[in-house]
Amino acid sequence: MRKRRVLVQLALAALLVGFAALLVNNLTVNLIRTGLGLGFGWLGRPAGFALAETALPYAPSDSYLWALTIGWLNSLKVIVAGLALATLLGVGAGAARSSGNRLLRSLAGGYVALIRQVPLLLQLLFWYFVAFLGFPETPVGGLIKLSNQGIAVLGLNLSVEFCAVLVGLTVFTGASIAEIVRGGINAVPRGQWEAFRSLGLGEGLGLRRIVLPQALPAILPALTSQYLNLAKNSTLAIAVGYADLYAVSDTTITQTGRAIEGFLLLLASFLLLNLLISGGMAAVNGAVLGRLRRSR
Amino acid sequence: MTVAIRATDLVKSYIPGVRALDGVSLDVTCGEVLVVMGPSGSGKSTLIRTFNGLEPLDGGELDVLGMRLDAAHEEHQVRAIRKRVGMVFQQFNLFPHLSILDNITLAPIKVQKRAKAAAEQRAIELLDQMGIREQARKFPAQLSGGQQQRVAIARALALDPEVMLFDEPTSALDPERVKEVLDAMRQLARGGMTMVVVTHELGFAREVADRVMFMDQGQVVEISDPETFFSNAKEERSRKFLNQMQH
Repeated sequence: MRKRRVLVQLALAALLVGFAALLVNNLTVNLIRTGLGLGFGWLGRPAGFALAETALPYAPSDSYLWALTIGWLNSLKVIVAGLALATLLGVGAGAARSSGNRLLRSLAGGYVALIRQVPLLLQLLFWYFVAFLGFPETPVGGLIKLSNQGIAVLGLNLSVEFCAVLVGLTVFTGASIAEIVRGGINAVPRGQWEAFRSLGLGEGLGLRRIVLPQALPAILPALTSQYLNLAKNSTLAIAVGYADLYAVSDTTITQTGRAIEGFLLLLASFLLLNLLISGGMAAVNGAVLGRLRRSR
Repeated sequence: MTVAIRATDLVKSYIPGVRALDGVSLDVTCGEVLVVMGPSGSGKSTLIRTFNGLEPLDGGELDVLGMRLDAAHEEHQVRAIRKRVGMVFQQFNLFPHLSILDNITLAPIKVQKRAKAAAEQRAIELLDQMGIREQARKFPAQLSGGQQQRVAIARALALDPEVMLFDEPTSALDPERVKEVLDAMRQLARGGMTMVVVTHELGFAREVADRVMFMDQGQVVEISDPETFFSNAKEERSRKFLNQMQH
């Protein structure tokens, strides 16, 4: 029995090594065929292309490395904002789905049902072409100014592309988060609701102070997957012309022909980003479970 | 003798055609202890839960401390009642993620806007009264069932209610823990609290109740003083139930 287990393990290991060798072989053959060799020296050369949106100063004469960094910052910007807004929207809609108010409940239910059935790419294109590019010039209350040139909020100028990607990712991910939050809320015993109600606490306060804290352990693991999905889905930004990391990499690869290095950088960047997100979430999860354990 | 709770013709049905409450009327007088008994499914828990609006009515009318509650009531009406009527549940329903002290002070601070220090001082007093002062910093899961239920009683008392509702407060307890909870309730009754208690504890009913109400199939079968109820119940159904309970 033991012998057979060892044999199975060995066979699996051999299979993996063989597969890896195949990949390395392909890589080498392709590198020889392009005649370029594997190198990152080109990163220092001037990019030569303009970027519509730059978080830090950038000119076409700057290096490819700087162009990619700007792209990475653009990705980061839309991902971080998206995570925050999708969480707010998702928790709100999830809470609304288990609320006693029928109108609120059906609104949230309709939102989740609709958004989950439509591909994200279509939604991004919708927000870009139909919603944001269709805006007439309308100053709303002086603080927010909408136009097809972008949105100005409190002196912050946001491009139409950024807004379309942000709203698209937020609305799409918010629907999934809403379902996760609803599931977590439903896992909290009915008696907890009755207890806070019997003490004269309102529904909102009870939800925040009593129900949601107890729903967190059920919510957090699934929430982490949604956060990672949002980060990965942000690469669809290229569809509406937002200069995120993937869009900049794409241009870079086309110009330099450095597809292998370009993809390696892209993979490494997203790996880093997602490791940061899952690391952060693991820390939050640990803190929540730790507090729970102390209360046991 | 002022009336604390007046119920008129209460109707509640969870399934169409089946009435959990089928025209229940009664008065609870201020300062009295009313014990509600009856077989399971008789509607006694449903009844007590209508008194603070946890169970919305389908028909009839309630007057709780001068506040009206009926099938068409609004959320704010119910909350006004809940601030003055405490409730203790069979499953304790303490908030597991909050310390004992926070369990007790949450509502006084948030609902009655009391200062934190004052609320905590009052909570300690109540815990003292319940004989579990030293548990204040612990969490619910670290306490025995009997201790948890006494915390639940303290939590309800922290809002200084005029009426206390008990929904089978000892049914989920180990037998050796029942007495400590009943003692706390006895003490409360002696202090003049208006209490409605759903329970199967015959001894408690006989000793503490001012009146015993017997329910069956969503209806009030009889309301008697405990002396009459236990030795010479008026109704055949009550006598049958008592016979079964004593065997």
